[in-house]
Amino acid sequence: MALINMVSALNSALANMLEEDPSVVVLGEDVGKDGGVFRVTDGLFNRFGAERVIDTPLAEAAIAGMAIGMAMNGLRPVAEIQFMGFSYLTLNQLISHASRMRNRSRGRFTVPMVMRMPYGAGVKALEHHSESTESLYVQIPGLKVVVPSTPRDAKGLLISAIRDPDPVVFLEPTRSYRLMKEEIEDTPFTVPIGEAKTLRSGTDVTIVGWGAMMPLVVKAAEAASAEGISCEVIDLRTLSPMDSETVVSSVKRTGRCVISQEAPRTCGVAAELIARINEEALLSLEAPVERVTAPDIIVPLPKGEQYYYLNANRLYRAVKKVAEF
Amino acid sequence: MLTDEYDPHGGRMLQVLDQSGQVVRPELEPKLDNAKLQRAYRTMVLSRVVDEKAIIMQRQGRLGAYPPNRGQEAASLGPAMATETDDWMVWAFRELAGLLWKGVPMLNYLLYWMGNEEGSRYPEGVNVTPAAIPVASQLPIAVGIAYASALRREGKVVLSFCGDGATSEGEFHEALNNAGVFRTPNIFVIQNNQWAISVPRSRQTAAPTLAQKACAYGFKGILVDGNDLLAMYIATQEAAERARKGEGPTLIEAYTYRLGNHTTSDDARKYREEQELREWELRDPLVRMKAYMVAKGLLDESGDEAIWNEARAATEKGVEEAEGFPAPTLEDAFKFTYAEMPPSLRTEMERLRDDLKEGER
Repeated sequence: MALINMVSALNSALANMLEEDPSVVVLGEDVGKDGGVFRVTDGLFNRFGAERVIDTPLAEAAIAGMAIGMAMNGLRPVAEIQFMGFSYLTLNQLISHASRMRNRSRGRFTVPMVMRMPYGAGVKALEHHSESTESLYVQIPGLKVVVPSTPRDAKGLLISAIRDPDPVVFLEPTRSYRLMKEEIEDTPFTVPIGEAKTLRSGTDVTIVGWGAMMPLVVKAAEAASAEGISCEVIDLRTLSPMDSETVVSSVKRTGRCVISQEAPRTCGVAAELIARINEEALLSLEAPVERVTAPDIIVPLPKGEQYYYLNANRLYRAVKKVAEF
Repeated sequence: MLTDEYDPHGGRMLQVLDQSGQVVRPELEPKLDNAKLQRAYRTMVLSRVVDEKAIIMQRQGRLGAYPPNRGQEAASLGPAMATETDDWMVWAFRELAGLLWKGVPMLNYLLYWMGNEEGSRYPEGVNVTPAAIPVASQLPIAVGIAYASALRREGKVVLSFCGDGATSEGEFHEALNNAGVFRTPNIFVIQNNQWAISVPRSRQTAAPTLAQKACAYGFKGILVDGNDLLAMYIATQEAAERARKGEGPTLIEAYTYRLGNHTTSDDARKYREEQELREWELRDPLVRMKAYMVAKGLLDESGDEAIWNEARAATEKGVEEAEGFPAPTLEDAFKFTYAEMPPSLRTEMERLRDDLKEGER
């Protein structure tokens, strides 16, 4: 056991898997000697060698494409895309090949690959380093999309993703990389993909979030609870396939729901959740479901970040609004 | 080495057989046994017959939009023949002759173009990836396949194909650049058929040849007469030896011509000259190969007729089998999305099943 942050937890997962399974390889820009720009792959190059911890040329489409070919030919590649803002060059590979290889070959070829990438705003990063475009990936049938919010979930979900028989896009909230520490086993363990987690139980309002939103959600829930509004908090953890059952069954009990989404509003994951709640729990609703999101604007540079990045206060007010509806 | 003698910067093109079937470089003539040569010729004929049948079937509404292979048979067959049975082949969408050689059943080929995913479920042991319609997107995958093989020290090579248009794509550059850096056992064949739908080769790059692009990636490239089966064979054979020895990839530009339309939805008369087509028709790779076979005493007119008849009969049988193949079920459309169907997808499937049951109103 060790008290570690999310970066170390991810590193531990990768080390465990490289050790356990000779078919696991890590590839990406600066993942070798440098250990990754966020140090997630630190030390792996020295331990497992340049053939399995692969510094690639600066070529995102080729990183994704090579990972697909490796996966089709017996390896379990874990590709790192340095920032989500650079991942768009991989979309052709993910949409045209990774996501559909199993289907189009009727199972003859499969793509057990993971594509990791840090995402999200709130760390005063450079332009193109703050996006949260998870909806792009959630819209692709055949991909799984996973977003941990804690060090423990990060390790357990990453190991599940590497062992998963299908391609997994693994989103790492940059803001949470070093935000908190947890006691975590050094040995491998898994957290299941496709299962949301209820962080606290409550009776009045269900608050749903994922990734970097979770600390804000918890803070808003605590503030509301102090005023006598009992909040149930759900960390979605997997965006695709989405565990809406956990959310729907909670909303059926509370009758009220707030969804916290870092990304812009339109066609976000929150919209999908609301649609599913309407389909399956409309008659249990005591108030319209609220979504607190970024506006439909370009992520501002750090000086204007406050106009984009949502805060616990906005969430708290949304909780009050649905509670008092 | 051929790649030295035919340095792509010199613009020379490797040719073993001229159009009359004469061997112009006797010292380069590959020592293929008669059975292999006969099988090669039969494969070219079969490819031509299946291709023509597919076009007719498209016109009759029995098969979807289809990209004709006519004129390019040697460009995919020669490389396929020069690799081992278990070497990989990563094709684009105009490599029928090579596919047949590698063991992709005609049934699969027809089923795919008829619109059934079962077509791309190639038999186990046939290391051929499904068609890749987004041009050049298959090339990074070919590099990954080669990396995995090399990591396991399997000594396998990965033969990939793309067209001249694909060389303008970013993924072509990324793939070849990575292959050069990692010295992966890749053979990249460009079928330069002179036209990317309506856009001529001169609009794809200002470089005099496509083969010379290899130089910038730090490996060997060679310009080959793509309608010369023997030249394509020896160029690939040398590339495969190099790859197996760990000496990295090779780029082969197969200089050929698309005698048909881009697809059955295209009309090439709109953008290319009749005269150009006529000239290239005289360079038909089947005509050349037939002349070679006749000169070697391996074929005569009656033998040739028998081969064509045999190909026609096999094609009719293949078509019959393909048309009798069961259509995909509703569950088929869902169940290969993931290894295990997620509950939400199962719900969608059951809803759709109910919707479709209602029937028309």
